[in-house]
Amino acid sequence: MKFRVERDVLAEAVSWVARGLPARPPVPVLSGILLVADAEGTVTLSAFDYEVSAKITIAADVAEPGTVLVLGRLLADISRNLPARPVDVAVDGNKVQVTCGSSRFSLLQMPADDYPTLPASPQASGSIDGQAFTHAVAQVSVAADKGDTLPILTGVRVEIDGDRMTLLATDRYRLAMRELTWNPTQSDASHVVLIPAKTLSDTARSLGAAGSVDLAVGSAAGGDGLVGFEAGSRRTTTRLLDGEYPKVSSIFPTSTDTEAVVKTADLVEAVKRVALVAERNTPVRLRFGDDQVAIEAGTGDDAQASEAVESTVTGPDIEIAFNPHYLLDGLGAVGTAYTRISFTQASRPAVLSGQESADGEADLSYRYVLMPVRFAS
Amino acid sequence: MSRRQFAAPVRTAPGPPDDTGCTILHVDMDAFYASATLLAHPHLVGTPVIIGGSGNRGVVLSATYEARRFGVTSAMPMARARRLCPSATVLPPEHEVYAAISAAVMDTFWSITPLVEPLSLDEAFLDVSGALRRLGGPASIAQLIRDTIADEQRITCSVGVAPSKYLAKIASGLAKPDGMVVVPAAEVVGFVQALPVGALWGVGERTEEALTRLGLRTVGDIAHTPVSTLVRALGDAAGHHLHDLAWGRDTRRVQPSQRERSIGSNQTFETDLDDADEIRRRILAQATRTCSRARSARMAGRTVTLTVRFSDFTTITRSKTLREPTDSTKAVYEAAVALFDGLGLQRARLRLVGVRLEKLLDSAQAPVQGLLDEPEYGWRDAERAVDRAAARFGRGAVQPASLLKTRQGASDPPRRDLS
Repeated sequence: MKFRVERDVLAEAVSWVARGLPARPPVPVLSGILLVADAEGTVTLSAFDYEVSAKITIAADVAEPGTVLVLGRLLADISRNLPARPVDVAVDGNKVQVTCGSSRFSLLQMPADDYPTLPASPQASGSIDGQAFTHAVAQVSVAADKGDTLPILTGVRVEIDGDRMTLLATDRYRLAMRELTWNPTQSDASHVVLIPAKTLSDTARSLGAAGSVDLAVGSAAGGDGLVGFEAGSRRTTTRLLDGEYPKVSSIFPTSTDTEAVVKTADLVEAVKRVALVAERNTPVRLRFGDDQVAIEAGTGDDAQASEAVESTVTGPDIEIAFNPHYLLDGLGAVGTAYTRISFTQASRPAVLSGQESADGEADLSYRYVLMPVRFAS
Repeated sequence: MSRRQFAAPVRTAPGPPDDTGCTILHVDMDAFYASATLLAHPHLVGTPVIIGGSGNRGVVLSATYEARRFGVTSAMPMARARRLCPSATVLPPEHEVYAAISAAVMDTFWSITPLVEPLSLDEAFLDVSGALRRLGGPASIAQLIRDTIADEQRITCSVGVAPSKYLAKIASGLAKPDGMVVVPAAEVVGFVQALPVGALWGVGERTEEALTRLGLRTVGDIAHTPVSTLVRALGDAAGHHLHDLAWGRDTRRVQPSQRERSIGSNQTFETDLDDADEIRRRILAQATRTCSRARSARMAGRTVTLTVRFSDFTTITRSKTLREPTDSTKAVYEAAVALFDGLGLQRARLRLVGVRLEKLLDSAQAPVQGLLDEPEYGWRDAERAVDRAAARFGRGAVQPASLLKTRQGASDPPRRDLS
């Protein structure tokens, strides 16, 4: 095998693929990046950890087609640090020579024959705007469970019904749901998949810069249990979580008694300050009424703090306590200048949604449902 | 029940003891567990009775004075106690009865002074300095307590009346059974210095040995030994401390209701167990006891500790800190079983399991992050209902199905986890 490629093209491709390399590979070959050069002038780089596969194809002057497996992190470090010159990669016996200007690297070949077969390249089921997708994934994945109690809750549930896509995640303390539209190849597309939240947000971030992301689900993804993403020359597949996701439709409150609209940034700042005195696992208390929200934390025995933020409040006054981190996650995710918070009772979930102006309409495409903290009786 | 008995020093001062300034009372029930158990067995009063686990692994919890005369002491293996006193009746402990009597006794104390420091179920320190105008001198308050408890609970207690905690404790020991000893403030030094060194609080077998090596047999010997010698023999803190005690100096005050730091329960099996399902059931039983105690004490804890003792007595503990404080049997059981499963034991033979709830706080102050999908009435309410049923019909009135005793001769029952 022998090919020549621009330094920037190689470095970008290698570092993108290397993201998917396992930190502790279950088998040694998985710490490698597979390079396949074909006679048509392309080189494909891939990495795999049995869960996630990443593949990128770049243009190169291929003098001699072939396949080679080299240590991934080392190749990523090297290509990032090479001078800005064309890079030559060539097999020499059991070594791989990387030459760029006057610098030379000789890497050990890993046994490419032992490398597992990657999941087949998925056929797209449809496409979605990259930035909108990345934003939606970030909004929802904050609510996914980070622990290990219920593996199913570490995922984001993606439901596709025609041109509507619904992303949802919950750790049972809060739930985030985002509805958006996409362009399916078939108008009657209908799928429900559960994608590990961490992988999904990594993937969305790494592909979202491209204008459009192709999504492959169901049989199009090359077999059940997989989901595929493609943007430009980058393709990735992820193994889905298996299991029954809990029913969540009954979680959304059906009525609203009190509704408050606050400037998101002001409330975030105030909650952050007041929460400084809230010890681990203790809540911040919010009292909505008299055109303001009064925020307090701490108890008589310890430090206390309070602050008030302007707010429109319709309906009866309400006093409610939240875990400050969960509240800040929600306020950070709405992504609009104003946040509308709807309540029924102090013991029942509150719903956060975004809105562009103080007296505008609420944008219900994103909802963050947050269960309050109560005191045991 | 104290393992060592001392004779009271002979009083030299004439007249009745002067209780002025003796505001500290130490009240100790006489053979509490035995007396309380005998309430239900009046025909055994006056005979040797041992309370404790009756199996071959049991230990003595308490014994009547008739049995103690044979050398039976608490914490002694039951097998040995039976050999010492073959004529004794052995009765199983009845913890609900003890808890109920103890609560009533503590209520009696609180009706006299808020400064009550319970040491265990059956003994407490009281500082009665604030009750003197209302109820008379310390000795008459002590007599009032003794009469009230004897009348209401039908068990006897002994009271030590002294100017300080350790003297009150020594005095109540000397007053046993069913008596009262007053240590007048003016006679403290003579009283304490006539005692053997082992009578001092904090002097165990090791310290006593060290003191005997120095030729110190009475507290008076300690009092007249230079502090530097004591410090050399016993260390800095213990040396100074003993010297102070020997001169009757004890500045510790009665600390009302010290907060419990942990609540736990453990069980030594009749025979060693290696069946994981059976062990999980025993863990459930301990979790059930621990949590019902936590709920009745209105405490919630955040750390669950599992204790496992192997057949060779090696003991290990594993802890897990939960996301938030809990008093729920289900949550504690799940955490304890996860810890047990995490040990990865391959049919290891176990002698004991224990479940303990730590980092306790008042459950009224324990914030609970609610769950979005929790039903209006959940496990918490079910467990509270079980507590109420237990309060009315006795412990075990409602319990997990897997803990029900199977009928003799019945075929293997279906085994299910609590879920």
